[in-house]
Amino acid sequence: MRELIELRGVTKEYRDGPAVHNLDLSFPEGQTTALIGPSGCGKSTILRLILGLVAPTSGQVLFDGEPVMPDTEIEVRRAAGYVIQEGGLFPHLTAGENVRLMARHLGRPVAETDKRVQELLELTHLSGDTMRRYPGELSGGQRQRVGLIRALMLQPKALLLDEPLGALDPMVRAGLQTDLKDIFRKLGQTVVLVTHDMGEAAYLGDQIVLMREGQIVQQGALEDFQRRPADPFVTEFLSAQRGLVAL
Amino acid sequence: MLHASANRARWRASSTEIQNSKSKIALLLLGLCLPLLGSSQVVVGSKKFTESNVLGEIAKDVLTRAGMQVEVKQNLGATIICWQALRQGSITLYPEYTGTLNNEILKHTDTRTDDQLRAELKTYGIGMSERLGFNNTYALVMLKSRASQLGITKISDLKSHPDLKCGPTLEFLGRKDGWKPMAERYGLNLANVRGIEHKLGYAALQSGEIDLKDAYSTDADIQTKNLQVLQDDLGFFPQYKAVYLYRLGADPRVPKALQTLAGKIDEPTMVRLNAEAEKTKNPASVASEFLKQKLGLTTTAPTTTSWLPELLHDTTVHLELVGISLGLAILIGLPLGIWASRPGFGGAAILSITGLIQTIPSLALFALLVPVAWLGASAKTAVLALFLYSLLPIVRNTAAGLSGISPGLRESAAALGLERGARLRKVEIPLAMPTILAGIKTAAVINVGTAVIAAFIGAGGLGQPIQTGLALSDNDLILRGGIAAAVLALLVQFAFDGIERLVVSKGLRRF
Repeated sequence: MRELIELRGVTKEYRDGPAVHNLDLSFPEGQTTALIGPSGCGKSTILRLILGLVAPTSGQVLFDGEPVMPDTEIEVRRAAGYVIQEGGLFPHLTAGENVRLMARHLGRPVAETDKRVQELLELTHLSGDTMRRYPGELSGGQRQRVGLIRALMLQPKALLLDEPLGALDPMVRAGLQTDLKDIFRKLGQTVVLVTHDMGEAAYLGDQIVLMREGQIVQQGALEDFQRRPADPFVTEFLSAQRGLVAL
Repeated sequence: MLHASANRARWRASSTEIQNSKSKIALLLLGLCLPLLGSSQVVVGSKKFTESNVLGEIAKDVLTRAGMQVEVKQNLGATIICWQALRQGSITLYPEYTGTLNNEILKHTDTRTDDQLRAELKTYGIGMSERLGFNNTYALVMLKSRASQLGITKISDLKSHPDLKCGPTLEFLGRKDGWKPMAERYGLNLANVRGIEHKLGYAALQSGEIDLKDAYSTDADIQTKNLQVLQDDLGFFPQYKAVYLYRLGADPRVPKALQTLAGKIDEPTMVRLNAEAEKTKNPASVASEFLKQKLGLTTTAPTTTSWLPELLHDTTVHLELVGISLGLAILIGLPLGIWASRPGFGGAAILSITGLIQTIPSLALFALLVPVAWLGASAKTAVLALFLYSLLPIVRNTAAGLSGISPGLRESAAALGLERGARLRKVEIPLAMPTILAGIKTAAVINVGTAVIAAFIGAGGLGQPIQTGLALSDNDLILRGGIAAAVLALLVQFAFDGIERLVVSKGLRRF
C-alpha cells in the first residue's frame, strides 16, 4: 500500500519545548489513521506540519512524494482538506460562499462547482437551504457538515480532521460519526483524524496511533492495544476511556 | 470684549492666540511638504481684528474697481501667519503696521525709514504701499467731558495735574514703550497710579473712579465711549502707521490701485470705521460706504448678503476639507494598519508614531513650529493636518481589527490554500471591517470638529463664520458656524451607520 503522507525524523520545537520529537510516521493511501493521545501530545502539530502551517525544526514531511516546503505549501494545502473543531467557517460568508470560496478563487466553472456542492450535500445529509445561511444561524452539527463539504470541494487527496466532533453533544456526535465512516468509505478517502476519544478512533480508524509527549507509544488496531500494550501508559490511557468495554 | 483683546493680539506674541488655536499647530505642521500655490487671482489677507478686516475689504473694493479678480481671506491669524502666507504666495497682500514690520518682522531695534524698509522688503520679493494716514499706536485717553473741564488736550498738559487718578493696563505699565519711560520723558509726576484690566478700565473711566488710561489710537471705543485722545506732543510712542504689504511679482495694477488710498484714512476716520464695523458686524459694507464717500467709488458688491447661501458654501468647503483628508487617511491608513497588525518592530513603530502626532502637547509643538512656518496658509495645509489627525484612529482600528481575528479562522484561511494577499482581501479585512469602519467613523467625526480650526489659516469651512464672529464679537455668527458643525458631525455619524449596513457582512452584524 502506497504511503500518501510521510514524516521522516521530524522534530518540532516550540519556545516552551518540543511538540513532536524525532517522529517517523506514514499515512497509507485510502485509509483512515486516527491520532490519539492526551492534550499536548503533539497530535494537532502533526496536521499543521503536513499543511506547512508550521515548519519542522528538523526532519522532512512528504506529501504525495513531494517535500512540504514554503514554495510547495500552497499546492499541498489545496490538495488537502482541513476541518477543525467548530468547522472554522468564516462568519462573514454564507455556508454556500464558504464552500465555494476556493473554487471561485481558482476560477473553476460554476456548473461544475454547483454539481459538486449538490453531491456533497447529499453525502453529508444537508438540505440545500443550509447553503443560504450564515454560520451563526446553523447548529453545531450543521456547521461541521458544512466544514466537511468545504474541505471536500476540491476533491482532496487527503482529509485532515482536528477534533472535528469535539464540541458536539453525544447524539449529534454519534450521528456524524456514522455519516463520516460512510463518507470515507464511499470516497475511498485518505484521512488523518485527530481525536482524544478512543471509541471514535476505533470506530473510524483503520489504524490507531497513540502518542505521548511528542512520540509514538503504540500503533495498530484497538485489539492490539488491549491485548499487547507496548507500555503501561497504553493500559492507563484505555482504562481512562470509560465505555470502551461496550465496543 | 473680544475685539479689544483681538486688537491687542497684534502687539503681543499673544497667549490668547495660542490657546485659541489648539490644532493650528497641526495645521502648520506639515505644510513643509506642500507645493506652493499658484494663482492668477489676487488674494487679500487680514489679521484677526476688526481694523484689519476693514482694511482688507477696502483693498478688495479698490482692486476690484481696478478690474482684478479678488478674493478676501479674513482673520488669517497673527502677524507671523499673514507674513508667511504673503511670502509663500497664498495671499497677494495684507494690511500691516510700520512698527510691527520694523520690530517684529524685520526685528530691528532701531527705527528705520520707509525707504529703508522698502529696500529690505525687496529682498523678500515684497513691496510696501504708501502710508494710509493713520497711526495705530498706544495713546492716553480721558473722557471728553473731563478733559475739557480740566483743559487737557496733550500729554504734556498732565504735568500741571499731578493729582489725576490713572488706571493703565498692567501690560502698558510694564512695557519698554509704556508708562514709566513715557512719564520720565514728559517729566510727569503722577502719584495716583494703579494697574487695571483694559475693559474694567473703561468702566472705571465712565464712573469717574479713574481719570486717565491707555488705549489704542484707533480703538472703536474712542468713539463709542466719547473719549479724548491726548496728543503725543513729544512723539514718544512708536509709529504704527498702516500700510499694505504686497507681493512684487503680483499683478502690476495692485500697487497702482493701492496708491489711490495713500493718506486717505486718518485716525478719526479709522476710529469711526472700526466703530461702525463692530456695530454692523459687516466690514464689507463699512468699506464700500467709506470708498463711496471718500473717493467717490461705488462697488457692485452687495453690501448685505443673506446668510444661508454663505453658510451652505462654508459647509461645502468644510465637507471638502473633511472628505479629501479622510480619503487620504483611508488610503494611507489602511496599509499602515495592516502593517501594524503584524508582529515586529515596524508595526510597533507605526503605532507609536501615529500616536505621537496626537499626543505631543499642542502648545509645545506650536512653539516649535512657528519659527519654521514658511508653509502655506491654504486649504492644502488644512487637509494635511486633518489627514494626520485622522491617521491614528484608522491605523489603530485596522491593526486591532486584524489582530483580533481568532487564530482558528486565520489558520483555516491559510489551510484552504489561499495566498497571503487573497487571505487578506477575502477573509481578514472583511472580518475586521466592523472595527475598521468604526475607526474611520471616529476619524470622520473628529475631523468635522477639527476642520473648524482650518479657518484660522484661511482655508474656509464652518470655522469661517466662527472666526469672523469672534473678530466682530458677533454671537449669531459664532452660533451659526458652531451649530452647523455639530449638525454636520451628527449627519456624518448617521451616514457611516448607513455605510456600515452596506459594507459589513450580515453574518457579522447579526451575531
